[in-house]
Amino acid sequence: MIKVENLTKRYAGFTAIEDLNFEVEKGEIVGFLGPNGAGKSTTMRILSSYLPPTSGRASIAGYDVFHQSMEARRHLGYMPENVPLYPEMRVKEYLDYRGALKELRGSRLRERVGDVAALCSLSGVMNRLIGSLSKGYRQRVGLADTLLSSPDLLILDEPTIGLDPNQIRQVRELIRNLARHHTILLSTHILPEVEMICKRVIIINRGRIEAADTPENLVASMRSAGGIRLEARPEDPAAAKEQLLSIKSIREVSLEAAGEWSRFTLRVEPGSDPREELWRLASDRRWSVRELSWRRATLEEAFVELTLGDEP
Amino acid sequence: MRKFLILLSREVRASFCAPTAYIVLCFFLLLTGFNFYMGISLLSRGPSEVTVVEAFFNSIPFWIGFILIFPPVTMRVFSEEMKLGTLETLMTAPVRPWQVVLAKFCGAMVFYIVLWLPSFLYFIVFEQITGTQAAQATGAYLGSYLLLLLVGMFFISLGCFASALTQDQIVAAVISFCMIALFFFAGLLSFFSPNAAPVLRDIVSYFSTLEHMGEFSKGILDSRRLVFYGSATCVMLILTHYVFQFRRWKA
Repeated sequence: MIKVENLTKRYAGFTAIEDLNFEVEKGEIVGFLGPNGAGKSTTMRILSSYLPPTSGRASIAGYDVFHQSMEARRHLGYMPENVPLYPEMRVKEYLDYRGALKELRGSRLRERVGDVAALCSLSGVMNRLIGSLSKGYRQRVGLADTLLSSPDLLILDEPTIGLDPNQIRQVRELIRNLARHHTILLSTHILPEVEMICKRVIIINRGRIEAADTPENLVASMRSAGGIRLEARPEDPAAAKEQLLSIKSIREVSLEAAGEWSRFTLRVEPGSDPREELWRLASDRRWSVRELSWRRATLEEAFVELTLGDEP
Repeated sequence: MRKFLILLSREVRASFCAPTAYIVLCFFLLLTGFNFYMGISLLSRGPSEVTVVEAFFNSIPFWIGFILIFPPVTMRVFSEEMKLGTLETLMTAPVRPWQVVLAKFCGAMVFYIVLWLPSFLYFIVFEQITGTQAAQATGAYLGSYLLLLLVGMFFISLGCFASALTQDQIVAAVISFCMIALFFFAGLLSFFSPNAAPVLRDIVSYFSTLEHMGEFSKGILDSRRLVFYGSATCVMLILTHYVFQFRRWKA
């Protein structure tokens, strides 16, 4: 659905994105992550034909975003960051106007405006001025606008920024429902959100792609890919540490004292789970154990590692 | 064409939603009312060679006020959208940049024409009450309003250009006022320095709005003026289109 090849955008004396390559398949829901200023919005603006790239190509549904921009735009619903809207228009008026611009007319326009208003729970505010709406409603008006022409692809730049937790949850549910009929590329800073809704994640940092994979694989491939916590009371903690290291899938053990107890943090090989062997070891050696738990790494940690890992 | 009309209707609605619209309308009514009063009191002093239409359209206070109305009418057209960020939603819908530029220009033109509508009443009332002709012939009316339309087109295109240059409405207003004032006062050169070289005076009179109005309000429709204002407007709109694209792509 999206195909990006060697995409580069330079401003005077500053490279926003450099040599990006990625693809998004039809029906995917992809999270586009990166620190502020990494080039997410620039990439999205190029994909939406708002900015031309300095070099490289990008296409949407097979149409080049620069040379066949009208066709590309017909297949796209784009919501810019901070959802710019006309404050002096009423919600219905705005949706009618946007629908007409997107080449809907007559009964089809009325039908679509009604549908998206219902989908985004806007029916109660159709006659309100956009300027008087709360941030959550404005966000939904923006989202409703992107859905009007039932585009194949939705590009959403930070759709949940500035919302309260309840509104975030509503928007997230909405996006999850949309994923059934649309391909979605969305950027956000809320990583648990991405873990919940995205099938694939592209992490971009300083204009380059650092990683592109499923959230699970990203987390698994990290240096600090999860670990096991063991709190026990062996007679000789230092010797116990050596014994723990003799278990094959354990890579690293760190030890800290917690009163009479010793707290071991174990790093294990990706994909292995030696908890059972640990339990056997502890019971053979007659250690008292008060905690044996598996701690999964989060996407947030993967993100931090990828984007701060090579900070000068 | 359809999209142009959709964009145009939004422009027109937006210009009548802004409070500046009503301030400009009121200011303009006051100005034309005062000017009409001045014209009549001039005529009431005794027999005169000029008609009320000529007196109305050829006074300096009228023109000074006239050039002041363009900046507030045009300053928001691009600047506001750039500031709000709505340009991004607008330009990522399937519309072409020239449709947007033309719609914004025509939207401002519609407002400008609405500004002038009440002034017809003055002359109708004048003829009803005094029983004398307001102009020498119908052509003089047509000529005056035709020239207003032409000058308005050009000044509005200057204003649109200024608005496309910046996202700050005040800056846009200042730029457009400077350009309009420069153009207008350059045309007055022949009044201010009668000793200027004849060539210079000829050139200046070619774009002197005041001299053009002198002719048109007598009913002399000079096709050179049509060409001049028409082509100047086209040039400004093409420049606006370029600036608009350039700014967007540079942003």
